[in-house]
Amino acid sequence: MTLSAIADTEPTDFAGLCESRWKGRVTAKLDAAACHVACEPPDLPAICEWLSEEMGYVFATLVVEEESKPGWLLTYVFYKDAATPWVYVELRLDARVTTVPSISGLANGPAADWHEREAEDLFGLSFAGHPRLGEFVLHEDWPEGVVPMRHSFDARRMLDIPEAPNPAWDPPTIFSAPGSFAMPVGPVYSDFGEAAHFLLETVGEDVVRTIQRFFYKYRGVEKISEGRPIDRVLLLAERFSGIAAFAHGLAFCQAVETICDVEVPPRGRALRTVFAELERLRHHVATIAGICNSTALVVATAQAALIEEDLIRLSCQVARHRYFFGAVVPGGVTCDLVEEHRQHLLTAVDEIAQRCEELHRMLRYSSSFLDRLEEVGIVSPDAAAAYGLVGPIARACGATRDMRKIRPYAAYATVDFMVPIEQEGDGYARLRIFFAEIEQSAAILHQILRALPAGEIRAPDIVARPGTALAAVEAPSGAAFHWVRLRDDGMIARYRITSPSFTNWHGFHIATENFAFQDFPIILASFGLSNAECDR
Amino acid sequence: MANWVLKGLRTRIKTSAYRSAAEAVSGLSPGQPRGVALPAHDAAALVERCPTRAIDSCEGGVAIDQRRCVDCFRCHADVEEPAVPWGDGYEWAAYADDVAAMRRKLGHAFGRSLHIRFLDAGACGACMSEARQLINPYYNMHNLGFFMTPTPRNADVLMVAGPVSDAMRLPLRITYEAMPTPKRVVAIGACAASGGVFGPSFAAGGGVAEIIPVDVVVPGCPPPPLAILHGLMVVVGRKPPSELISRPSNGEMSPE
Repeated sequence: MTLSAIADTEPTDFAGLCESRWKGRVTAKLDAAACHVACEPPDLPAICEWLSEEMGYVFATLVVEEESKPGWLLTYVFYKDAATPWVYVELRLDARVTTVPSISGLANGPAADWHEREAEDLFGLSFAGHPRLGEFVLHEDWPEGVVPMRHSFDARRMLDIPEAPNPAWDPPTIFSAPGSFAMPVGPVYSDFGEAAHFLLETVGEDVVRTIQRFFYKYRGVEKISEGRPIDRVLLLAERFSGIAAFAHGLAFCQAVETICDVEVPPRGRALRTVFAELERLRHHVATIAGICNSTALVVATAQAALIEEDLIRLSCQVARHRYFFGAVVPGGVTCDLVEEHRQHLLTAVDEIAQRCEELHRMLRYSSSFLDRLEEVGIVSPDAAAAYGLVGPIARACGATRDMRKIRPYAAYATVDFMVPIEQEGDGYARLRIFFAEIEQSAAILHQILRALPAGEIRAPDIVARPGTALAAVEAPSGAAFHWVRLRDDGMIARYRITSPSFTNWHGFHIATENFAFQDFPIILASFGLSNAECDR
Repeated sequence: MANWVLKGLRTRIKTSAYRSAAEAVSGLSPGQPRGVALPAHDAAALVERCPTRAIDSCEGGVAIDQRRCVDCFRCHADVEEPAVPWGDGYEWAAYADDVAAMRRKLGHAFGRSLHIRFLDAGACGACMSEARQLINPYYNMHNLGFFMTPTPRNADVLMVAGPVSDAMRLPLRITYEAMPTPKRVVAIGACAASGGVFGPSFAAGGGVAEIIPVDVVVPGCPPPPLAILHGLMVVVGRKPPSELISRPSNGEMSPE
């Protein structure tokens, strides 16, 4: 087969291509969801490397499942673009297996690094060749050998965990020179910061690198979802990350709809788009307020905060709740947009877009502000690709991946919008991306609200049935992947959330190497990530 | 150079009237369910439908435990009968229990200057976002004499959100112990009040009161900024507290 022939057949016959490349070592099957590539453990690293190096695929998530008949199913999810099928590399293992080859030490980069560390902590699976396992989600006070995600562990069981004897976390540092030290930041902050711990390793004025520890807020959402009905888990899906509640609730509902084969009525899809974009607007404006605040630009912070509160109030007016709790259900949405609200929303969105534009213009002419952002917290395009970064952070360094384009959901296929892109990857590029996305969100809202379809807003009651589905949604801070498996009785068997904050916090340390102390809050703010979303 | 001073002046004063007068802009608050008189079988249906056991049957109807309500609207909107009435308003803060009510307000000295330490004990981000609004111009808690402080040594009030995840138990206790007396603890949100949708489980507790004594509870998921502000006013005795349980009689009396 010539190269051009491969290129021609690629989208339609990826399974064939895969089998011919890995003769006799894989079985590939293409279905509506993805190309399932089943392989044996020794081949796994090479196949994943082939996917990301030669085929241009990006690692999305690793889903570990303990099957009911004893055994493991590991699904490595890869995606590329709208034209190519998603790839699930599947590994079925005997229950006695405790070690799997790691794929995070490869040339394709460490995208799976955190996923493997999490699986090691929560399932007790080890990953051979992984450079650093242990103590990740569960901190050192957690009893050795207790793995909460295994079926044998009861989520209701209250563990008698002693409080850590030494609250001062003391990981190995790279410097031991006299005068060098590690400056702790968190987990309790002086303002409204979210719990997370950073150690800034320094030999004087400049910070050489940052060591980070998350999962202070681990609430075991995936574990406590198991065995519960869909409507209860929806509460968790919405509330594990309140500032992106609609996006995550939507992702969960879409996964359930795929399994149960439910068609959402056109008006329901349009309204989902409206709420999702309002949430994105609010998230981005809040992030901009945070960036202004981190540079102590008081008036700009106040201006952005006013817009933010106006957006929150707008959400409350159209969807009852200031953060869209309870707005989405499997099959549609719960609140309709009356004509009066539609008109009001159209004018309000226009006005907010104008105020954001004015704010952006004024910020662009504030040189003292720009000085703090330019060339600060740089993420290179190569690093972003290697870490599989998503959302505005990836788009600020040349990667246009956006789930609204790659796998259009809700009503995104019917609207015309652009995915903004910048190349520099610094704080200023991220700020510009946030402003540009606000403009696009306003444009999307305009198109949808002008031609809002009539009809029902939700499908009739759905009937749960067993199955598995992966839903991908572009949450405000990037791609979110929700993997849902339903049992025969319609209860949740496995719920795996891969949030954009989880993916992007992994790459945060790239932006925090060799910088000045006072830039740390600015870099932190320009990432605009949520720890609740990461920790789950 | 952009003229921020002029921009700030042109924006004029945006601060809410909520201090002396009531604030009634739409979108301030998602509201709260209210207890209602109902026949026994309707009451039982509502109790069954509530996912967080916030609704309990009581003499002649249902009572709502506001600490447990997570704003899912399943007892009110988009549902078949029976439904509970929904009250708006935002003055929801109340003393956590009788002991806290005995301790009551901090002395007059704190009435005009209160320093607050905020602690995230596993909150989802919405409570934090609402608390953060307190320093934006709309709510401007500074002009009430409320300030955030960067150290627990200077703090009079510890404001906590979240069900208290396992890893935050120790930081919470250390922070509380580092504060000088007299000190008060304000738990904001359903998670901090009752564990919300997360706790109690292996990873999260059933609220802040399991770890440290709580004085004032601000229910809501999340409580809107004015409810949190009301909570702070209750701490210093500038506003009377509300009730945590809404019963049929007082539910009907306060339509607001």
